[in-house]
Amino acid sequence: MSPTARDGAKPVAKSNGGAKPSARAAAPAAKAAAKPKLAIFGAASCGGCDIAIINIHEHIVDVANAFDIVLWPTVMDGKYSDIEAMADGEITITLVSGSMRTDETIHLARLLRRKSKFVVSFGSCAGEGCIPGLANLSSRQQILDTAFSTPSTDNPNGLRPIWEYEVPEGVLHLPQFEPILRTLGQVVDVDYTIPGCPPESIQIWAALEAVVKALNGTGPLPPKGSVLGAGDSTVCDECARKRDVKKIDKFVRIQQVAGFDPEICLLEQGLPCNGSATRSGCGALCPAVSAPCIGCYGAAEGVVDYGARLMSAFASVVDATKPEEIDKVLDGIPDPVGQFYRFSLAGSLLRSGRAAWQNDGE
Amino acid sequence: MSGNGHASFGAPKDGPIKGVPSAGVPAEGEIRIGVYVCHCGSNIAGVVDVVEVARWAGETLKDQGVVIARDYRFMCSSPGQELITDDIRKLGLNRIVVAACSPHLHENTFRTATARAGLNPYLCELVSIREQDSWVHTDKAAATAKAKAILAGGVERVRRNTPLDPLVVDINPATLVVGGGIAGIQAALEIADAGFHVYLVEKDASIGGHMAQFDKTFPTLDCAACILTPRMVSAGTHPNITLLTWSEVTHVDGFVGNFTVTVKKKARYVDEDLCTGCGICQEKCPKKVIDEVYEAGLGYRKAIYTPFAQAVPRTPVIDRENCTYFIKGTCKACEKFCEKDAIRFEQQDQELTLEVGNIILATGYEIFDARKIAQYGYGRLPNVFTSLEFERLSNSAGPTNGRIVLRDGVTEPKTVGVIHCVGSRDRNFNNYCSAICCMQSLKFAHLVKEHTGATVYNFYIDMRTAAKGYDEFYQRVMEEGTLFVRGKPAEVTEAGRLPGEEGKLIVQVEDTLAGRQRRIPVDMVVLSVGLEPRADAKELAQRFGISCSFDGWAIEKHPKLDPVATMTEGVFIAGCISGPKDIPNTVSQGAAAAARVLGMIQQKHMKLEPIKASVHAEQCSGCRICNTMCPYNAISFLGAEGVSSINAAMCQGCGTCVAACPAGAIAGTGFSDEQVLAQIEGLLSVGADGTPLKRSAYPVAHQQGDGNRPTPAETVRA
Amino acid sequence: MSTQAPVAPAPAEEAGRVTTFEPVIIGFTCNWCSYRAADLAGTARTKYPPNIRLIRLMCSGRLDPTFVLKAFAEGADAVMVSGCHPGECHYIEQNYKALRRFQLLQRTIEALGIEPARLQLVWASAGEGVRLAGEIARITEEVRALGPLDWPAGEIVDIDGVDLDAAWGATGGDPDASPGDADGPPASPGGAKPDHAAGPLPAAEASR
Repeated sequence: MSPTARDGAKPVAKSNGGAKPSARAAAPAAKAAAKPKLAIFGAASCGGCDIAIINIHEHIVDVANAFDIVLWPTVMDGKYSDIEAMADGEITITLVSGSMRTDETIHLARLLRRKSKFVVSFGSCAGEGCIPGLANLSSRQQILDTAFSTPSTDNPNGLRPIWEYEVPEGVLHLPQFEPILRTLGQVVDVDYTIPGCPPESIQIWAALEAVVKALNGTGPLPPKGSVLGAGDSTVCDECARKRDVKKIDKFVRIQQVAGFDPEICLLEQGLPCNGSATRSGCGALCPAVSAPCIGCYGAAEGVVDYGARLMSAFASVVDATKPEEIDKVLDGIPDPVGQFYRFSLAGSLLRSGRAAWQNDGE
Repeated sequence: MSGNGHASFGAPKDGPIKGVPSAGVPAEGEIRIGVYVCHCGSNIAGVVDVVEVARWAGETLKDQGVVIARDYRFMCSSPGQELITDDIRKLGLNRIVVAACSPHLHENTFRTATARAGLNPYLCELVSIREQDSWVHTDKAAATAKAKAILAGGVERVRRNTPLDPLVVDINPATLVVGGGIAGIQAALEIADAGFHVYLVEKDASIGGHMAQFDKTFPTLDCAACILTPRMVSAGTHPNITLLTWSEVTHVDGFVGNFTVTVKKKARYVDEDLCTGCGICQEKCPKKVIDEVYEAGLGYRKAIYTPFAQAVPRTPVIDRENCTYFIKGTCKACEKFCEKDAIRFEQQDQELTLEVGNIILATGYEIFDARKIAQYGYGRLPNVFTSLEFERLSNSAGPTNGRIVLRDGVTEPKTVGVIHCVGSRDRNFNNYCSAICCMQSLKFAHLVKEHTGATVYNFYIDMRTAAKGYDEFYQRVMEEGTLFVRGKPAEVTEAGRLPGEEGKLIVQVEDTLAGRQRRIPVDMVVLSVGLEPRADAKELAQRFGISCSFDGWAIEKHPKLDPVATMTEGVFIAGCISGPKDIPNTVSQGAAAAARVLGMIQQKHMKLEPIKASVHAEQCSGCRICNTMCPYNAISFLGAEGVSSINAAMCQGCGTCVAACPAGAIAGTGFSDEQVLAQIEGLLSVGADGTPLKRSAYPVAHQQGDGNRPTPAETVRA
Repeated sequence: MSTQAPVAPAPAEEAGRVTTFEPVIIGFTCNWCSYRAADLAGTARTKYPPNIRLIRLMCSGRLDPTFVLKAFAEGADAVMVSGCHPGECHYIEQNYKALRRFQLLQRTIEALGIEPARLQLVWASAGEGVRLAGEIARITEEVRALGPLDWPAGEIVDIDGVDLDAAWGATGGDPDASPGDADGPPASPGGAKPDHAAGPLPAAEASR
């Protein structure tokens, strides 16, 4: 049984068939097939990364000019079978956002890996699990129970997803919900990473532009494993606030303080700002408006466990030496996993809470 | 980095050097490790199957780069070391792991052997399977399994070792001695006599310390002043000694060989260059003040004063708080009578900056505050005295001209009680023995008899008279007729109730040899108070970057083998700063510290262990979280560049900043993240039974045989 | 005959068998105090259980929470952090930083479901060899009673040898022709083999 017999559809029409070529983009070869293929796939994703790509505004035309977009479910029609039909490595670059939550996402990630020369882990979900990674604090059963039987859910019979459902035509199979949410890198070999939740559109364009240049031979190909679209340092590097030595005797929540000094470092004012451990590249947008950085750009270069870095940094500058006093200050962070692993739990050393894998994940 | 040392540590040499044993870091796949498992006679081999461990390493750790694994009886011996050097040369090894005793014993031995073979010594690791394994476990199978794990940890670690070079710093030949007591004076004179410059800083107006207050010194009964003052004069006149009295060190920067010290020279209000020390100002000063320091509160001085007659320097100081001029603006008698016009009321405190290569701390001790033991009545009962007060009474130059009298200044006591161990050997106050009080108490007994002929009781717990001439002195005092009661007095009271007790102080004590309670009426009680660290000891330690123990005594580098060095290179300690000791030991330590400093000066340079932290400026965001991590002030913030920076020579290598940096921008050589994480992996690669540690996998939705999914019979039909 | 600290194994019953669980514990020591204490325990031949494996750091202040988490992630059942007593740190005050990091770590691992007793802090000075040995023995027994932690090993790309693609193929997703797989799509691991010859499944048309 050949792959294309199933739906009989022809491969998706190439994009930008009749549009004017952008004055800025390099003029592509006349035949559409000569353009390098680009695939953009959202696994278990909120769609924000796709929107962020679209947010490069008119540069999207440059992208369409430079690439033959073969898969972008959010934006255009396309079939898995088209991908399956391709030769290995036929797709030059695939951007994968979203996390590895179901066996479908894992399958697609592997499929795209086979069919692509370069796979880019796009956004926080793919890179480190992002906020959905916090589901790893619960077992699969707890998650399904929470989703399908809350006090406000209308589910009188307590139904739960049924992974197989027999219909006259055959048996339907739902993609199974994996007990552990994984990052892209835990499932396939990743060539590059673009961090952020979502990555800033400016950075997306910068990364794509660099890729186009590399493909043209007018720019260097970054070494495998590089982080693109981010700075070399952490958010503090981009933050305009004045920084002094740190001596924290209290952690506060935004709601607890009438007003924060707009000039001084937020951490020094007691707000647990994660900027010191978070990769730069976003422009420190949140601290600029007195919102503490929550860490969406992930870990700094070479860091093994993002949460560990933050824990170490915060604890080091707590201004107390007796255990009881230290406890009092640390009570100001009532949810340490949320504070230190909000985006990075799935990509951390422990990857999950114990409940997620105890009893084999149920 | 600042300073004039050159550093090349931490940065691996460029490029692989194929085939030849070298200091280079080989490219991937070229790590060649030699493993050496020591029997240590039967110390290790008696419990750990060392032959098996070596065999296992050669086989199982091949993929980690182990090319040769040997076992040998005594690795630290010459033939043992030759195994290493030969293998490096013949097999092109570039990493060495020795599994033997503690690194504290032989890390240096094996690193030196490695260097002899032309390989950077920091590419050699010693892991302990003796102190940490064979000596502490009895289950041979478990100990052997643990040895495998320890070795695996060492192998994984050593793969991440990089060649390091020691940091070389110059040594400034000038020395700072803090504290002008007998220890400081001794150290200063020895260094100065050797031809090098010394700054001797003393807090009080004169050098001399506590010894200048004493009367006679045990066991020879030399007069303290007679043996001390010639030394004081030498120190005061030595061309190589700059005496800075009435001064304190306020700040210390820098590192061994290159310290920058800030000294606050308090205003004396007297011009030192003009003053001849004639003493007329003191004579004419109308303001009498109780001398709490030198006379221990028993005598007077004037508002302008030198602490004692033989003070060095002879220049007096004005006590601002008690001087009529400073209080009311009048008097000025001293100025009127000074023939040299040396009085300078407008003098200011000065701040001096000294550049020195080494520092000797000899700040001495304080005595225990006897008021804390209320039942002995000090401070409440007038005729209870402390040891220092007694020294002043007994001293012929003291407030009573050497007459041992009661607090009324007139009456000689007929009976005296001397209580040992006041505030020492006491769980309520200080657990330790103050070393000198037994001899001191015997001395008091002797002096009382000599001056007054009174009956003396010594109340003791044990008699500690351990050094040369000490026990002979004890015997002499016994023969003189001093009465000894073995028992720690419960109280000293004036509430007499038995005949003969009226008007006396009664010492209530259990005589443990006689086996009964006794009430002994005396006229005077002398409390041999214990020695304590100075009140500002911890602050001082902080300022100089040394450690002190919980109670405040400075910690020496090694209590037996290195008593005058501290863990901080370039800072030494001498005398009672590290614990109570008598004068011979104090002088010995002063001389020892001087010898160490002279050794450093003579070498001109010093190599520092390359266990250092450094900031990768490109990655540093300038968050400044590391800025408060360093007790040695090695971390500074460069405002212009917006990054933090570490002075490699000042860095002591603790690694706290490495762990604190949220960006992972601080690297630490010798104990890098890569090395430690690799060691953890290696240690956990072996299970408790010696086989690979059994691990489970994360659950997946699809299992073999599909255990998670409902069987067809359970599927719901449409 | 054994001079080890008395070990009362906590029986772990598995299908009627009683086995003694031997925990594997990682201990972080500081070069100047607790490592020397461990050495002293050795020179004094003080016996303690062999379950702990020690790592030497220069100072407890070097302790990075990453190390503790790595130890758990690599299969340790417990971690001991040790250093000089507060106020006696060889590097003046670095053990206070270690203390604070330890307290925050303990809160976090507890929130992740790891019992706080699996992460313990012991202060030991260089002379307290016997005491350190006693603490190690105590921790070993506490952890033995808690049972194995057995944190799963982080697999690389292939999960447990299961061919996920084949499994996916059996779920009704498009069986992809793996290169070199001349025999067609692999058989599904279980359940009815779906028949797709009839054409697109109703659900497929509603997608996208």
